[in-house]
Amino acid sequence: MSTELANRDPGRETGDAREAIIFRVGPQEFCIDIMTVREIRGWTPATMLPRSPGYIRGVINLRGTVLPILDLAQRLDLPSVDPTSRHVIVVVQIGAQVVGMLVDAVSDIITLADSMIQPTPAVASEASRSFVGGLVALDGRMINILRLENVLGEIRAEAA
Amino acid sequence: MEGMDEIRDTFFQEAEELLGELERGLILIQEGDRDSETVNAIFRAVHSIKGGAGMFELDRLVSFAHAFETVLDDLRSRKIGLEANGLKTMLRSADLLSDLVRTARAGEEMEAGREAVLMAELAALSGGVADAAPSAFDAPELPAGPVSRLYDIRFTPLAALYANAGDPALLVRELHRLGTATVSCDASHVPDLSELDPEGAYLSWTVALETTESEDTIREVFEFVEGDCILEVIAGEPMVVEEPAVVEEGDGFDVAALLARMQAELGDGPAPEATPSPFDMPFAPDFSADFSNVVDLADMRPVETPAPSPAPAVEPVAAPVLAASPAKTEESKASSAPAPAAGATIRVDLDRLDRLVNLVGELVINRAMVAQRVVEAGLSNTAAVSVGLDELEQLTREIQDNVMALRAQPVRSVFQRMSRLVREVGEAVNKQVQLVVEGEGTEVDKTIVERLTDPLTHMIRNAIDHGLESPEKRLEAGKPLTGTVHLSARHASGHIVIEVSDDGGGLNRPRVRDIAVSKGLIPADAQLSDEETDNLIFLPGFSTASTISNISGRGVGLDVVKRSVQALGGRISIASRPGRGSTFTLALPLTLAVLDGMLVTVADQTLVLPLTSTVETLKLKPEEIHALGSSKLVTLRGAFTPMIDVGRHFGYRHAPADLTKSVGLVVETQGNTRTVLLVDEIQGQRQVVIKSLETNYGSVPGIAAATILGDGRVALILDVDALVSEASASASDFSFAIAG
Repeated sequence: MSTELANRDPGRETGDAREAIIFRVGPQEFCIDIMTVREIRGWTPATMLPRSPGYIRGVINLRGTVLPILDLAQRLDLPSVDPTSRHVIVVVQIGAQVVGMLVDAVSDIITLADSMIQPTPAVASEASRSFVGGLVALDGRMINILRLENVLGEIRAEAA
Repeated sequence: MEGMDEIRDTFFQEAEELLGELERGLILIQEGDRDSETVNAIFRAVHSIKGGAGMFELDRLVSFAHAFETVLDDLRSRKIGLEANGLKTMLRSADLLSDLVRTARAGEEMEAGREAVLMAELAALSGGVADAAPSAFDAPELPAGPVSRLYDIRFTPLAALYANAGDPALLVRELHRLGTATVSCDASHVPDLSELDPEGAYLSWTVALETTESEDTIREVFEFVEGDCILEVIAGEPMVVEEPAVVEEGDGFDVAALLARMQAELGDGPAPEATPSPFDMPFAPDFSADFSNVVDLADMRPVETPAPSPAPAVEPVAAPVLAASPAKTEESKASSAPAPAAGATIRVDLDRLDRLVNLVGELVINRAMVAQRVVEAGLSNTAAVSVGLDELEQLTREIQDNVMALRAQPVRSVFQRMSRLVREVGEAVNKQVQLVVEGEGTEVDKTIVERLTDPLTHMIRNAIDHGLESPEKRLEAGKPLTGTVHLSARHASGHIVIEVSDDGGGLNRPRVRDIAVSKGLIPADAQLSDEETDNLIFLPGFSTASTISNISGRGVGLDVVKRSVQALGGRISIASRPGRGSTFTLALPLTLAVLDGMLVTVADQTLVLPLTSTVETLKLKPEEIHALGSSKLVTLRGAFTPMIDVGRHFGYRHAPADLTKSVGLVVETQGNTRTVLLVDEIQGQRQVVIKSLETNYGSVPGIAAATILGDGRVALILDVDALVSEASASASDFSFAIAG
């Protein structure tokens, strides 16, 4: 599974250009490989999970599947607000695991080539470096390439 | 060779079913059934296992099955009668056969020589004639003793044979196993290409077979294609053993190679159709050139086409064809395997079924959501809409019931295993036991069927070892020497009820009580009703066996059975009558996909409690609550019972619940201990569809699973046992955590 993750992770992939989806959390922008995205849907209130980490908003019903919702802002130590109906859940699949990520909005789809990716400078905190696998400059904006496997990776371990 | 593995799997699956049929048939015979169809059925079962095993070169299995089959064949043809002894041998043979199948499936080798005793017994049964050629598929040697005959077999397949995936090559190969066969094929009826029906049947075969086997055995080869072919078997005179008139193979005529070439030229794609025409035709002209000299070898009819049919001495013919098309082989086996008792069935991947079950769950939820939206939109008064919704609801419910039924299986497979267990345990403890089974056709979810084995095994062992008295005591008590264990299954109010009862001495209540007291399970002065005393045996750490036998006293007691039954969402109880025996009653849900739950509200969250663990609900009065350190206890009919504030325990809120607005739910957990769970409100009882939380997240302590409510929201299902044990373990830590 780990090799699969590595292959899918835009931050590490060395292949040809691929498409990535850009979304916004607070003022920051992130992108992930579009192939990992199963669907995008509006926020619906989640059922609380007792004794879960703070960044787990709970679970919702995704057409019969119980889908855990990860609050990306809290996960990345960014200021988090209570979600409204204008918030968006990006449903991603890694391996057999399907997880919803709560973000502010989905803004764009870009074609990403390796040459566009810059390494994450050392100024960032360790946490953000483990979650961000590189940076992309786009029209004067800075897009963080999210390392999905690190963002989601601990969910299972922590929960179990 | 993935395909081969798959076929192997199929073989073993079928072997399991056949073993079940065998066991069932033998039991019927044991019960006095003398119907010849029953004997036929068990013969066919063993025969089919042998056939399949031969294909995978499971030699030990083949040779034992063969010995077994020989006896059954004699029994079938009434050459031998059946005495109790013989039946015992057969039952044990069936057990050994299933062991052989199991070890073969696991790819293991059973310890050598285990068959020897039974083989000898079987040989003795079949009139003392030990079978000289047990390996059914070895090249036949002609034993000196039996007389061989020359049979003239004419075999003309009809189109139906090919349509049913029959394969003449296999049948011919079968014949080869019986003796020395000389095969010729008559292709004279093959029309010109323009008139050729690709699905037609034009070929016929003539086989001169020299064998010691009977005509019946030969006809049996064609048993599965009966009606799909024209078959003539003409027996010749008995002949003195001499060099059989085999066609010389040096005639420069190697059919195997020829067939292999055909196969190659046809490509390695899908296995060729069973119809011979497509691959026989293109080569027909060749025959005329090369083989004209061999035509006279066979019993040929005059031919009109320029292509004289090959008159092959088909010695190794089967091998290459088979290697190239294993799938076809298996198919023809499968489709021709007789299934007299069972109806038509189809194997479906369990995953697919589960997806269907999930989808139907969706449908149910979706319907509820639509209904709710209709009400919200103020359309519920419109007659057409509400009638439509009602119909939709009925349909959905029907679909749900039917889909759930797809996963249902009769408990027969588990019950059948028990008869072997009864034999073995009975022998081990020197008690004569008969098992009477009822309602083995009762259906329940496949998973439950699978998980029934352990508790049932335990209960039956218990019944024989502890329940039934020794033969001497039985005689003293004026009971028949042979003890009876009843095993029954039936449906009752949405559950399956399984009962295991014995006609033994019943529970020794004073002893049960003494043991419970001596082990500190109950206070010495406890006042217990008979029923309560009986149910003490389910307490952890209780074991009535005064001597530890390797049958049931293995450190695990009935509490383990109770746990596993509860894990399936069921209940177990015992009723005992002194001197008359005991009855264990097991009530299980029909499916694991749904659960009867009690919906409660805790801090605005809806939670589901399994109804099986809920005993009663009560309104609490402040004066009934007592503090013990950081824990709270409730006086429940005089007994101090621990209380858990669910909302605080799960961290839904920090403030303690307002007692005046709360409801207490008494739940029963491991070891029959009771606990009061404090919730805000009871919404009602409902059947809920169980959804895994672990697929996408992980396990949450105290939470068993999730479900989706009618409004589309997720609700969590409590794991009451985990919740209680966790709460009691961490009671002190937890209060510090809150304080800090």
